[in-house]
Amino acid sequence: MDCGRSPPSPGLSLRIPGFAFAGVPVLGAFALELRGGETTALLGPSGSGKSTLLRMVAGLLPAPAGARIAAADGGPVAGRLAWMAQQDLLLPWLDLLGNVMLGARLRGEAPDRARALRLIEAVGLAGRERARPAELSGGMRQRAALARTLMEDRPFVLMDEPFSAVDAPTRHRLQGLAARLLAGRTVLLVTHDPLEAMRLAHRVLVLRGSPAVPVEVPVPAAAPPREAHDVAVLTAQGALLESLAEATAEAA
Amino acid sequence: MSAVAEAAAPRPARRAAPRPGRAAARALLAGAGLVACWWLFVWATDQPHFILPSPARVAAALAERWDIILGHAWITLQEILLGLALGAGLGVAAALLLMAFPPARRWLLPVLLASQAVPVFAIAPLLTLWMGFGMASKIAMATIIIFFPVASAFYDGLRRAEPGWLDLAATMGASRRAILLRIRLPAALPALASGLRVAAAVAPIGAVVGEWVGASAGLGYLMLHANGRSQTDLMFAALFVLAAMALALWFALDAALRAVLPWQPDRISEGETTP
Repeated sequence: MDCGRSPPSPGLSLRIPGFAFAGVPVLGAFALELRGGETTALLGPSGSGKSTLLRMVAGLLPAPAGARIAAADGGPVAGRLAWMAQQDLLLPWLDLLGNVMLGARLRGEAPDRARALRLIEAVGLAGRERARPAELSGGMRQRAALARTLMEDRPFVLMDEPFSAVDAPTRHRLQGLAARLLAGRTVLLVTHDPLEAMRLAHRVLVLRGSPAVPVEVPVPAAAPPREAHDVAVLTAQGALLESLAEATAEAA
Repeated sequence: MSAVAEAAAPRPARRAAPRPGRAAARALLAGAGLVACWWLFVWATDQPHFILPSPARVAAALAERWDIILGHAWITLQEILLGLALGAGLGVAAALLLMAFPPARRWLLPVLLASQAVPVFAIAPLLTLWMGFGMASKIAMATIIIFFPVASAFYDGLRRAEPGWLDLAATMGASRRAILLRIRLPAALPALASGLRVAAAVAPIGAVVGEWVGASAGLGYLMLHANGRSQTDLMFAALFVLAAMALALWFALDAALRAVLPWQPDRISEGETTP
């Protein structure tokens, strides 16, 4: 099934001179290179600025003066990214197919229906194209959101706790599916789940300190997606959990 | 892809719909009970018929003066429907204007809110003075009374679109126009439906008040006329027809709105909007 994209995704470089919210410094000054075609997971205590950083990259939040968010190939970032949030954000008045083709519809372009149908099949929802979101389970809705994200066919994919609203077994399957379908794209994944980070990410960063800056933590040698029962993954998950606990203590 | 066929426990699509037959039977029974009480009261207190006629007298008046009542009802119905169409159309247009153009918001919104401080009934004589005793002044009255609930409900709906949808649309490169027409507008339709239900309920008030102030036809005129001649039974008969018309209008509109917004009943069953 051809759902991937051919040209390699460029890297993304972020330089943030610090960011304050309502006068309170949230993010410190740092520079970060997201390698092309890799998944970078970003974790941190609540309020550490994970989502703020992600929204800044997405252009949903104005970047502070002096900030630089640039694609490694010199092209623009805006218009080349896809966004997936914690809520599925499916529009209740559109059916599954309409939701998957939303981007083209909003831009006034002719949607590629055949490709949308292929993606719906790839996320295991074939036969439900005409179903409204209310007729789908939470896991199915999140898979629909994944298909909509892939439909945008963008080199950069920004995910904000995309699987946190579903139960653990469903999340486990969704992670495997996402890893397979997102392979080759430059993904920035904000998550609360250490296991999710260790399964899916090439690099794992924890926002630590106050104001927070990203600190890299070691990941298992094997390339993602990694098995949840892999001893190396579990060990790394334990270490990450401790690092997160320390970060939370620092922030408190 | 059977590997990802996780428990697809679809939520119970819709709560068991209330059986319309049973609801209608209940309404009928309650109505019969009220009529019985009315009858009992008239019989027990021996009211003169020009103060409170018995149900039988009202029914007789309805049967005898059927053609007259129907003629006046037709006038009132036209006033209500035209007022509803005009008021709803203007309300929808005003809400879209407020949403699309921030300057309109700054200048028009305070005026709209202030206009609500003027009791609509107080300007009814003015409308009659300017537009005459015909249907125009009544349609204007109904339009004015309907405009505000529709405009405010729809504008609220447009403003309160789920922020996540707006973020998503922004990352997809949607224009402001596309966000308004393809996200905010459909998202606001359930709110608009609530506004229209209120409008359908108040529309007859506008038309009848207009007729009371000065008219040569319509159920309001007929009631005032009958009242002046102590034909209380005829007045009640006209009132009965007016109430039946208002109810029929409300239920027809409600059914139509449910049919065009099939995703909305779910929201009601989840308690997100008041039914």
